[in-house]
Amino acid sequence: MTRRYSAFSLFVEGLRGQTGWAPAWRTPKPKAQYDAVIVGGGGHGLATAYYLAKNHGIRNVAVVEKGWLGGGNTGRNTTTIRSNYFYPESVALYDFALRLYEGLSRELNYNVMFSQRGLVTVAHSEAEMEIAARVVNAMQINGTDAELLGPEEVLKREPLLNMSDRARFPVFGGVWQGRAGVARHDAVAWGYARAADRMGIDIIQDCEVEGFLVEDGRCAGVETAGGTIRAGAVGLAVAGHSSVMAAKAGFGLPIQSYSLQAMVSEPVKPCMETVVLYPGTGTYLFQSDKGEIVVGGGIDRVPSYAQRGNPPAQRQVLSGLLEMFPAFGQLKLMRQWAGNVDVTPDSSAVLGPSPLPGLYLNCGWGTGGFKSIPAGGWLLAHLIAKGEHHEISRPFDLSRFMTGRLVDEAAGSGIAH
Amino acid sequence: MQLFSCPFCGPRDETEFHFAAEAGKTRPEPAGEVSPEAWSGYLYAKSNPGGPSREIWQHVTCGEFFLMERDTLTHEVAGSKALRGQRP
Ligand SMILES: Cc1cc2nc3c(=O)[nH]c(=O)nc-3n(C[C@H](O)[C@H](O)[C@H](O)COP(=O)(O)OP(=O)(O)OC[C@H]3O[C@@H](n4cnc5c(N)ncnc54)[C@H](O)[C@@H]3O)c2cc1C
Ligand SMILES: [Zn+2]
Repeated sequence: MTRRYSAFSLFVEGLRGQTGWAPAWRTPKPKAQYDAVIVGGGGHGLATAYYLAKNHGIRNVAVVEKGWLGGGNTGRNTTTIRSNYFYPESVALYDFALRLYEGLSRELNYNVMFSQRGLVTVAHSEAEMEIAARVVNAMQINGTDAELLGPEEVLKREPLLNMSDRARFPVFGGVWQGRAGVARHDAVAWGYARAADRMGIDIIQDCEVEGFLVEDGRCAGVETAGGTIRAGAVGLAVAGHSSVMAAKAGFGLPIQSYSLQAMVSEPVKPCMETVVLYPGTGTYLFQSDKGEIVVGGGIDRVPSYAQRGNPPAQRQVLSGLLEMFPAFGQLKLMRQWAGNVDVTPDSSAVLGPSPLPGLYLNCGWGTGGFKSIPAGGWLLAHLIAKGEHHEISRPFDLSRFMTGRLVDEAAGSGIAH
Repeated sequence: MQLFSCPFCGPRDETEFHFAAEAGKTRPEPAGEVSPEAWSGYLYAKSNPGGPSREIWQHVTCGEFFLMERDTLTHEVAGSKALRGQRP
């Protein structure tokens, strides 16, 4: 059986008629007891299991997923990876993730197709250029790469941008992060799943967690459709379903669930080099390796668990697209879909112990948690293994909503998620 | 496009409305005796249900806040009610 992926194994399997490939992961029956159970088989849950085994030697672990791997937001997202935040706490978190992404294909022996093509956040006026300079300064002080671009430098990268002097949102320049980019969404989930499985972790799909086993005021496992699974500790990484699960554990979270939609066009010849975001329209886009234009924007502003996008938000995203790239007026849309995102009041994630001892939280990533998957997994694994915060996760503890020490990135970097 | 119903203006385009908060929260009093946990819960914790939900919305066009009962899974609206003179 061929287990390792390499040019050599591809060649050998070619000669053997591709008959020797081993399945990427097993389909085990859940055991009665694990050292840790992770609820949610999205990127964050799978990465948590991987780092529990890799960093802490804890291999008696199960990931329990109600649907299929990556079938939540991870498999529905537009895959932009960046660390262009304002506050030191945020850059420490998201740049840690970015650095892990830079080595991830090798680490997992799985090509996650991380393409660091750069991201430009366009400024539309003199005043916005001043704010852009401030963000660039903050990013540089926080130790990540950032550059202030003038209009020619933006247009050199994206010549199809709207240059008309009657443009509603003209290009005055922008914030450039060259290490930002995109990766393949499914590959991140599958790569972590395969690597975790290789280290003995049980990945259990099609098994909904319906509640928690609580003994002596401590979370001692989960109740699932297939029975009780006992656990030394439980990690919760269920994104838009976090409030529903928290209610079963007896506490509330500062989270509201919304639909976030995205869409892709038919594939066209290469015409975009980078990822482009217009704060003016709220629309962002890039061209996929297959040639499709991948377009996204803000949330549907109606609380929802529907995983379905409404027409008004779609219309806003698309009218933004046409303002930015008039040439795309001829493009045909191929697909439109939505995920169920977990939005917090300060646009920052929640990482840390929950009010129920033994249960740990990884949620609140909202519209922007694909980029943080390696870090979110690393940090939740640390919390579960050590029972206490890693320095990077500490500022994102739930207690900030009591102390008032919010990490408000909607205000800081102007990017609400 | 979905239509929501303002108790004063009738059915209008969803884009005219703004979600304000979940219904039924009462401000803990007296302030001097409220614990940080209770205050944080009042300010930030949300029930955020997946299914039937009672919510306070604003019809931005006329400015009025009202109660709307809807389902967050199906997006079906059960009804809207004016808030004047009563507790949600
Ligand atoms: C359209 C769209 C575009 C996006 N674009 C970007 C982007 O460009 N860049 C970026 O960084 N982020 C983006 N995001 C956000 C990103 O997708 C998420 O923040 C991230 O994928 C969250 O990962 P997760 O593992 O926490 O959640 P998910 O991938 O949603 O995984 C959670 C899993 O938990 C499972 N689950 C739920 N309840 C239960 C239960 N009771 N029992 C068992 N399992 C359960 C679900 O089935 C799901 O598979 C986007 C999101 C969407 C929807
Ligand atoms: Zn009205």
